[in-house]
Amino acid sequence: MITLQDLRKVYATRSGEVVALDGISLEIPQGQIHGIVGQSGAGKSTLIRCLTALERPTTGSVVVDGAEVSVLSETQLRRARRRIGMVFQHVNLFEARTAAANIAYPLAVAGVPRAERATRVAELLDLVGLGGRGDAYPAQLSGGQKQRVGIARALATEPAVLLCDEPTSALDSATTRQILRLIRDVRDRLGITVVIITHETSVVREVCDAATLLADGRIVESGPLADVVTRPGSKLSQALVPVPDVGVADQRTLVQVSAGGAQAQIAHALYAIATEPDAHVVAGAIETLGGVRVGRWHLDVPDGDRAAVLGRLRAAGLAVEEDVA
Amino acid sequence: MSWWDELLANPAITEKLPEATLETLGMVVFSSFWTALVGLPLGLVLHATGKGGTRPVPVLYAVLSAVVNVGRAIPFIILIILLIPVTRAVVGTPLGWQAAVLPLAVGAVPFYARLVETSAREVAPGKIEAALMVGASRLRMTGGVIVREALPSLIAGFTVTMIALVGYSAMAGAVGGGGLGFLAITYGYQRFDVAVMFAAVIVILAIVFLIQFLGDRAARLVDHR
Repeated sequence: MITLQDLRKVYATRSGEVVALDGISLEIPQGQIHGIVGQSGAGKSTLIRCLTALERPTTGSVVVDGAEVSVLSETQLRRARRRIGMVFQHVNLFEARTAAANIAYPLAVAGVPRAERATRVAELLDLVGLGGRGDAYPAQLSGGQKQRVGIARALATEPAVLLCDEPTSALDSATTRQILRLIRDVRDRLGITVVIITHETSVVREVCDAATLLADGRIVESGPLADVVTRPGSKLSQALVPVPDVGVADQRTLVQVSAGGAQAQIAHALYAIATEPDAHVVAGAIETLGGVRVGRWHLDVPDGDRAAVLGRLRAAGLAVEEDVA
Repeated sequence: MSWWDELLANPAITEKLPEATLETLGMVVFSSFWTALVGLPLGLVLHATGKGGTRPVPVLYAVLSAVVNVGRAIPFIILIILLIPVTRAVVGTPLGWQAAVLPLAVGAVPFYARLVETSAREVAPGKIEAALMVGASRLRMTGGVIVREALPSLIAGFTVTMIALVGYSAMAGAVGGGGLGFLAITYGYQRFDVAVMFAAVIVILAIVFLIQFLGDRAARLVDHR
């Protein structure tokens, strides 16, 4: 549904060129909820702006719903954008219009007749759980309600793709959960492809089927969550299932062991760790992601018989990483 | 005779004042109309072509911006005189309140255009992006989003402009435009009939207060923030 090929975006600034995206290739299948994570400055926003053609890539191709958006003319682009819905961090509702009028705006732009617009707006308000609040102005709605209107507006023209740029970053945790549930619900009902840009790995954990980690304009890692979390040495997995930071005494080293898969694997890993006499668990986390159980532990191992301990843990089927900072 | 009876016996008050009031209202209303008609699009073009606008054209912006600055820098009384040939060509005569409408509008357009540009800039860029993202053309977005979202501020700016026009109209009156300014100057300054001057000033004040009151009401009516 979305195909990026060797996407590059270079900005010319006074102090020289800044490479915002450096060779991004990515394929997002229809109906997937794909999270794009990375720190600020990693290129997430530039990436989503290239998807909407608010920015033109320097080189490379962006195909959304069968259309190569980077080469479209202005008029063609206006048409293509109706197939792309966009949800913003700051919602960007039109404050001079009611919730219903906000949702009707894309329909008016698309030339949908007035009577049809009213029916569609009522359906959309119901879809996002705001039936009956159509006459409210944005100033009269809570943050979560505003984002619901924002989602309804993005869905108005029945797009094939829903792009969400930090959709929950301005919301509290309870509201975040509701909005994410709504996004998933919308995907399940409409079969729409969703891309969520976020700096919060909790968003990916909660709603995404697949994720891509960006750093310095490049893809560090990408894949379905079930694959990613069990990948040894995975940075993304590390970010998705973080282990709390704990110090370690002199003459001992911190190592990280991880296991993933079904419940049996986790139980097996726990047994191996518990029965290892020289290693002490100092921190750990177990999560279920994309239907897969994943566990990660930090063990405190004496420098002396480190090799022997790690050998036994590896033999028990655990992935071992040494020198955890 | 009491002062009140004296006022009512003064033909400058009973005959000239109502006439002059109508002339001033005529100048303000018509010049405001032309100011809005030209100043609003000019301000929107300034916003669109400026830095960070939806279609930056640095050269066009620099030219328009310079014209607007020059227009605002020339003292109004001098602008009237400079425009006499133009006024004569367009209106037929440089005298009378109808003729004053032209220099008044020319003086107020740059002023209002700047206010429009500032108001437009206050519309969050995200709202503009949201409109463009649903496939709206720039023109459609400008009307449906920039103008609509900035409407309270555009009305407030227009109120300020109209009040400035009341002041300008007094100056225009002094050089042949008629109206309350002309009345106040001829009677108060040249004939030492201070009562007429005060009466004219009170009517001007009433007009200013009325414009401000209506402007505030209108701005509040369209403000849903």
